[in-house]
Amino acid sequence: MMRHLISAADLTRDDAVLILDTADEMARVADRPIKKLPALRGRTICNLFFEDSTRTRISFEAAEKRLSADVINFAAKGSSVSKGESLKDTAQTLEAMGVDAVVIRHGASGAPYRLATSGWIDAPVINAGDGTHQHPTQALLDAFTMRRRLVGKDEGLGKDLSGKRITLVGDVLHSRVARSNVDLLHTLGAQVTLVAPPTLVPVGVDTWPCDVSYDLDRVLPKSDAVMMLRVQRERMNAAFFPTEREYSRRYGLDGERMAKMPEHAIVMHPGPMVRGMEITAEVADSDRCTVIEQVANGVHTRMAVLYLLLGGNEPAVTHTRPTGSEEK
Amino acid sequence: MSKTLIRGAKVLGGEPQDVLIDGATILEVGTGIEAGDDVTVVEAEGKILLPGLVDLHTHLREPGREDSETVLTGTRAAASGGYTAVFAMANTFPVADTAGVVEQVYRLGQEGGYADVQPIGAVTVGLEGKKLAELGAMHESAAGVTVFSDDGKCVDDAVIMRRALEYVKAFGGVVAQHAQEPRLTEGAQMNEGVVSAELGLGGWPAVAEESIIARDVLLAEHVGSRVHICHLSTAGSVEIVRWAKSRGIDVTAEVTPHHLLLTDELVRSYNPVYKVNPPLRTERDVMALREALADGTIDIVATDHAPHPHEDKDCEWAAAAMGMVGLETALSVVQQTMVETGLLTWAAVADRMSVKPAEIGQAKGHGRPVSAGEPANLTLLDPAYRGVVDPAGFASRSGNTPYEGRELPGRVTHTWLRGRATLVDGKLA
Ligand SMILES: [Zn+2]
Repeated sequence: MMRHLISAADLTRDDAVLILDTADEMARVADRPIKKLPALRGRTICNLFFEDSTRTRISFEAAEKRLSADVINFAAKGSSVSKGESLKDTAQTLEAMGVDAVVIRHGASGAPYRLATSGWIDAPVINAGDGTHQHPTQALLDAFTMRRRLVGKDEGLGKDLSGKRITLVGDVLHSRVARSNVDLLHTLGAQVTLVAPPTLVPVGVDTWPCDVSYDLDRVLPKSDAVMMLRVQRERMNAAFFPTEREYSRRYGLDGERMAKMPEHAIVMHPGPMVRGMEITAEVADSDRCTVIEQVANGVHTRMAVLYLLLGGNEPAVTHTRPTGSEEK
Repeated sequence: MSKTLIRGAKVLGGEPQDVLIDGATILEVGTGIEAGDDVTVVEAEGKILLPGLVDLHTHLREPGREDSETVLTGTRAAASGGYTAVFAMANTFPVADTAGVVEQVYRLGQEGGYADVQPIGAVTVGLEGKKLAELGAMHESAAGVTVFSDDGKCVDDAVIMRRALEYVKAFGGVVAQHAQEPRLTEGAQMNEGVVSAELGLGGWPAVAEESIIARDVLLAEHVGSRVHICHLSTAGSVEIVRWAKSRGIDVTAEVTPHHLLLTDELVRSYNPVYKVNPPLRTERDVMALREALADGTIDIVATDHAPHPHEDKDCEWAAAAMGMVGLETALSVVQQTMVETGLLTWAAVADRMSVKPAEIGQAKGHGRPVSAGEPANLTLLDPAYRGVVDPAGFASRSGNTPYEGRELPGRVTHTWLRGRATLVDGKLA
């Protein structure tokens, strides 16, 4: 395993499969009455959030606590980052306090990379979302969800997503989720198609390991999973598309469109869902929609990442053990 | 007055010759010139002698950001890099948009004595792009401003740009445009393309530069004025300037050393030392710029020397200041990218880095031939030198160089400003 997790592109196929397999072990812990492992006892992890994201922060915090780590939550929102001094200063403060890992969320693309490479800090850095760049643990939890649903809960162990056809729909241009998913899904052998209005597809996308289409209806019948991306309403003012209604008509997912997907195909969304424009209530509430699972899987996957990055050499959970003391 | 004999230097890269300086003037150029008792002799075998370099695009930061650079430290950096004259951009605090500010900068240059400082006046009040600054008053001031620019910002209002181009005709001034369509570059962080898409950094499309250049050359043609385009960075910009020149439009253009060498691939490091405006572009652009400088489509090399204190760069990419220092490495980068690639002779380097910039900016006494009777503004460099760039040794107050740790060829050993040595054996005098 690598020292930091900055980008999904840094993961090899074997690294990624190891994380997914470890996440599966972690998921089993969640089914136990006592959902806690001693793996990171005595280790201190700081959740350094320069940008608000309660969901991601809570997910990491749950993962850290289930591994028995000590958790420091640092919300830097409101502090001056105009000169970026606060990132460096904060990093050095954390270094002085002896934290063992930093989970960082930042509005600026590349901030976690800077943190990991500038010499400001020694601890492993885990990117919890930076600007419009990457959100690797989101991609991992998405892949984990897909593997469980499309390959199988137990059958999936050790496997990747070879041959699966995954479609990402929406604001690719501003989406770190899209970037991370394209990288990781490609590494895992899936075929990825991006669907968006041309204004929301980045210049230079032709070098990405995926296809691009402007026509959702044509892609749906060939998709094993359709992942809807968040479209922020303020994009409308910047003329990325004419109206909400037109966007919804061309790129929104409703029941009629969902019916074009193969029987087994799933609908994904990184959340929080804005029902209406990008996804209708009918789709969001259907059992093909994995949003709630994704949230649960987020904790398992982040446990796996933290465990592996913080030096877990042995399997996190020994399941060969006949009757462990913690299993009553 | 003191005399100096530069012995055996290749003048403009030609055959070795001796150059005798008497006071502020070149007394004699020839072979076998005898050194008298009162003559300081500089042995220059293997070295190249050029007219003192002239930078049409320098940020000296004074007044207002003396923590980055002052006129004195900036001109000392200039002398270290072989420059004898620099044009100081107007984006200071306060902005150089009045006779008072440009005179202050001009006088600081004179007092320092390391390089002639020719202030550039702002085109519009406060660089706001709305109202013409007192261009005539700045021209008539002691500073004698001839070049006007809102550099750092584009004069994007077509009417204001037209008026500026027309107005300066009255006294032979020139408007130097920082070509950047503001709406197309909102939130821009780096060149828009493959790398920006991957890094998730706001893209700065080439067309944002090219569309303004296209508009401005047409405006210059329409009103019969001349226009200078700052720091071209794209292959498309080159094409437009080439077309404009072929059409007879009075346009000149500059390229920075960093745009001749570095590409946006370097931004993958997220190291803000590579954050600059206009941004580093692609390999294809770099090659087009080199070719254009060689064939004369691009007239000059200008440094866009942009000093920033360490803390403004030691942070995440988005928060970092844009710009890099360039005075002390410019000639080395040009040697590597243009001379050692066979694209330019040393005589052509003299043209692009001294003669033409002096002409465009009307820097009197600079960019003159190395011959008897001319002002002794000279630069001597050792082209065989190879060294690793270490900003700790810079005379500039700032060290934000993209070349730190890189090996670059060539080293300026001596600079003379009107016969006075400002740099001797690589050390400021
Ligand atoms: Zn500029």
